[in-house]
Amino acid sequence: MAVFSRGFGARRREADPRIPPGQYLEEGFPVLSAGPTPDIELAEWSFTIRTETGSGKRWTWDEFQALPSEEISTDIHCVTRWSKLGTTWRGVSLDTLFADIDTEVEYAMAHSYGGYTTNVPLEDLLDGKSWVAYEFDGEPLDPEHGGPARLLVPHLYFWKSAKWVKGLVLQQHDDPGFWEQNGYHLHGDPWTEERYW
Amino acid sequence: MTAPAAARAVWREARVVGVTPANAHARLLTLSVPGWPGSLPGQHVDIRLTAEDGYQAVRSYSLGLAGDGDTIELGIDEVPDGEVSPYLVHDVGPGDSLEVLGPLGGFFVWREDDPSPVQLIAGGSGIVPLRAMVRARLAASTSQPFRMLVSVRTPEDAMYRDDLVGLDGGGGVEVSWAYTRSAPDGWTGPVGRLTPAAIDAAVWPVADDPVVYVCGPTGFVEFVARELVARGHPAARIKTERFGGL
Repeated sequence: MAVFSRGFGARRREADPRIPPGQYLEEGFPVLSAGPTPDIELAEWSFTIRTETGSGKRWTWDEFQALPSEEISTDIHCVTRWSKLGTTWRGVSLDTLFADIDTEVEYAMAHSYGGYTTNVPLEDLLDGKSWVAYEFDGEPLDPEHGGPARLLVPHLYFWKSAKWVKGLVLQQHDDPGFWEQNGYHLHGDPWTEERYW
Repeated sequence: MTAPAAARAVWREARVVGVTPANAHARLLTLSVPGWPGSLPGQHVDIRLTAEDGYQAVRSYSLGLAGDGDTIELGIDEVPDGEVSPYLVHDVGPGDSLEVLGPLGGFFVWREDDPSPVQLIAGGSGIVPLRAMVRARLAASTSQPFRMLVSVRTPEDAMYRDDLVGLDGGGGVEVSWAYTRSAPDGWTGPVGRLTPAAIDAAVWPVADDPVVYVCGPTGFVEFVARELVARGHPAARIKTERFGGL
């Protein structure tokens, strides 16, 4: 039987089909991080993909900027229940980064400056589904939001879009990352509310 | 204490059994939750409200009291243009029902078997999960020294102020205050935005290797965490939880 809350609902928000179940519309851009915001010098920055054989590829900031980029317009959904609609980013598609990567495995662990990790299946990263983003709203990405560059996997809850990303390590199994060890779902689809264990 | 993160979180019916004003714009809600598995200090819950026509809304709130038993306490600060918090601060009363999912979060928690000195730093309503840690420490048969720094606009804005002023270093918990707009009578310290000097005076030095919990609005947490890193506190020893937007 449903549990009703007497007198609740006077300030209800309009339903919007772009907002997944259990989410509410957020006009601002909340910041959620487990620790301090790291300072990352662009001269020190790099992005690395390492495969299961130990081979892979690494880009410096200048090399990364020279890659073809895309503008991405998308909605984003945080597991803490807010959704933000129509955000605009610029970044490099993971398809571009994986063009010369040879792998047999199906999973990746994203690693960040500051030590954060999150696991993502390759099928959620490739075929136009994810980017390494370095601009938001036409400006360089703020450090609080993951600048200089963050993973952007907008079809999953936003904890998968690792801030301050520095690389991907390809792995045999879908081993859990930081939040996945601390209470969040292994996968994180907002439309089926894959929030918690 | 239980290890709640191991249990799958499910929605449970909760009944409001107590409401206490915490300040002019915040309230403590005490809920009875049959079957509640217990929580660790620092954890939060999701609260689901259902209108009589079936409309639902869900928000997250920190627990101000952790431990076993099926009674939980939430500290709720009103977001003036919010949809849920005004209802929880002004309308809900004893006997009303809602639903609770949790406990949630396995990172921003204090475990009593961690021997480290603890530094708590709260901005505004960020005090709620840190208050749960202080209560857990006072109830535990352990002796880790705790320090807490609370930044509020005015004394009247401080949730749990009477409890914390009453502590006054008792039980191994030292509490320091910072006031950003106005201070209580007899206050001799500065009034204004938290200063590096105030942080130096209130926070464990790096050499003591404290674990630090910072909770509050984003700008406050960003400032404090940056100052701590600048002092040499390892980033991995600083746990943060941010309320609200920039």
